[in-house]
Amino acid sequence: MSRNPLGFHKPFTCPRLCCWLGLCLMPVLLAGCLTDEATPSLTLWAMGREGEAVQGLTVEFERRHPGVRVQVQQIPWSAAHEKLLTAFAGDALPDVIQLGNTWVPEFAALDAILPLGDKNAAADVFPGILASSQIDGRLMAMPWYVDTRLLFYRKDLLALAGIEGPPLNWAEWEVALARIVALPGGPRFGLLLPMSEWQPLAILALQAGATLLRDADRHADFQSPAFRRAFGFYLDLFRQGYAPALAEAQLSNVYQDFAEGRFAFYITGPWNLGELRQRLPAWVQEHWDTAPMPGTDGPGVSLAGGSSLAVCRSSRQPEAARALVKFLTEPEQQVAFYRLTGDLPARRSAWSHPDLAHAPHIEAFRRQLDQVRPMPQIPEWERIADKISHFAEKAVRGELGEDEALAALEAEVNSILAKRRWLMDKAVTGESQP
Amino acid sequence: MKRQTAIPAVVWFVAPALTLIGLFFFLPLAASLLLSFTDFDIYALGRLDRLRFIGFENYRRLLNDPMFWTALKNTLYFVIVGGPLSVLVSLGAALLVNHRLTRFQGVFRTLLFLPVVTTLVVVAVVWRYLYHPRYGFLNYVLGLAGLPPIDWLGDPDWAMPAIILMAVWKNFGFNMVVFIAGLQSIPRRLYEAAEIDGADGWAQFRYITLPMLAPIFLFVTLITLIGYFQLFAEPYVMTQGGPADSTLSVALLMFQEGFRWWNFGYAAAVAFVLFLIILAGTLIQAWLRRWRSK
Repeated sequence: MSRNPLGFHKPFTCPRLCCWLGLCLMPVLLAGCLTDEATPSLTLWAMGREGEAVQGLTVEFERRHPGVRVQVQQIPWSAAHEKLLTAFAGDALPDVIQLGNTWVPEFAALDAILPLGDKNAAADVFPGILASSQIDGRLMAMPWYVDTRLLFYRKDLLALAGIEGPPLNWAEWEVALARIVALPGGPRFGLLLPMSEWQPLAILALQAGATLLRDADRHADFQSPAFRRAFGFYLDLFRQGYAPALAEAQLSNVYQDFAEGRFAFYITGPWNLGELRQRLPAWVQEHWDTAPMPGTDGPGVSLAGGSSLAVCRSSRQPEAARALVKFLTEPEQQVAFYRLTGDLPARRSAWSHPDLAHAPHIEAFRRQLDQVRPMPQIPEWERIADKISHFAEKAVRGELGEDEALAALEAEVNSILAKRRWLMDKAVTGESQP
Repeated sequence: MKRQTAIPAVVWFVAPALTLIGLFFFLPLAASLLLSFTDFDIYALGRLDRLRFIGFENYRRLLNDPMFWTALKNTLYFVIVGGPLSVLVSLGAALLVNHRLTRFQGVFRTLLFLPVVTTLVVVAVVWRYLYHPRYGFLNYVLGLAGLPPIDWLGDPDWAMPAIILMAVWKNFGFNMVVFIAGLQSIPRRLYEAAEIDGADGWAQFRYITLPMLAPIFLFVTLITLIGYFQLFAEPYVMTQGGPADSTLSVALLMFQEGFRWWNFGYAAAVAFVLFLIILAGTLIQAWLRRWRSK
């Protein structure tokens, strides 16, 4: 090892160095100028399977709008959030982007997307879903397809346990779980509840009437009686042995386990409709179904999920970009998109199309979608959600007591919200002093 | 006169490398040091007037962050158990491959080096199958031996050993090749002289091979230490830091704070603390060597 890794001892003359620096930088600068060429086409970034399938729809858009070409770039879901934020930081966002509904507040806070003003179309969207794309009363992204979580269950196991139909409330659900766990025929769980997912707990909390945050989302509210009730119910599912304490890494064979009847209930979303149809053996196909979430007393609410389309502020052709968003969210295109991907339409009028009206397992989703609520619409939400599952897992594993976990969660989330409080206070004092 | 022409010549030769290092290493280093004294986050990304200089607040928060201590504990576990294990396995493999009775040395060298050049994601997918609690090969072997199955990646107590096992398997080939080069540079006459003196295999290893390998040892342990402190890719692909944060490393924490939650100020502070830890480890090791050779 050399003590002087760079290998120079003497001072060098400055002008020459600068000259060299300039020479070395030149290719970089030149490349920067060359790539900045104006392209007449619209660019759309879409994720995963949707990014692939949407290319089947843009052809029709190009036919209706001669002179506009649409370039679709496909981004994998796992890297999408990072890629979008990095693109914003590097001023390289395309014209139209697909955004997960929970990301909309973030991009609105960044001022990266333009508000959309299509009132008629907005009125046709499921209200709970629409609310998730509205920030401070302005529609910042147009819901494209929706998802929400509900119960997937095994009809034959329920029948075997002597239960008629899916549970309608928490009490019925607990009875069903207890009977299914007691069924003969090998180790069996009532419900698959991966600990790495925050959504099931958040759904239970919403059903119990918890708001999660309070004071215009300035403070955490995880020690309220409503949240405590939901948290207790959630932990009980593990304590009673109804759900296995499993992490995501152990879930490599969900479909096989579901087919073998190792669990009877699974809280998941529409993306699993297609998966189950494909992956389950034929004989199981008639033995599973979907049902809306059971609530505290009667049908319960669930989360407003899904993706929206947004027009970037940096777009050079905002009008064409808006037209593309409008086109892709038309009911006819949404039905076509449903045929391509199985993604559920955000527009209610699309659901009366025969393709959707007669599809199996879908009715429960339509009913659930009338009862969905958005999560708190703040940029910090994903991070807070991560903390919820983090502390819930600690409580399930017994590393923290029930009250301890909630107190720790509340403190942690309050510290995450510190910057938001500072910004909101600054905005208030800024307005009062002109 | 002579001196004046000599200096520019040096500059001309060094300038390209220096420019690149300055531009892509020292400049970002300075920028991230500056960043670590701010609360740069998603709000500041949108509008710079939402950025606050907060002095050492990030570092203060870091030292009070249980996640950081968990990450540091996990990283030290990985370094202290995985590091020596990796060096020992590489040395053992090098001795075996380099033994004069071993045939097809080239084939073995290539095969043992193969994991190093295999993409980590591919390795991770295969190892996830090996580690599967019900269908995995490792648990099948345990079952044959009459032992109960282990939930390798799902049990907080076993996840880190599983990561260490995979990391050692993946990385030992590189050190092995370095050791082989070291072994081959030891003059044969030393062993011949020792044999004449009546030294057995162990004595030859203890008094010739090990001392002659000392500089290689320093290099290998240093590189392994630095590399293992930066543990990132293995837990990132295998467990995402779980279960119950048992495989969360300092570098993974930094990545999550920075690129997942966009808290660049805090992430930069994590990066600098990691840098200081590695620097301290390297210095201690170099100092130990010098102290022992005296």
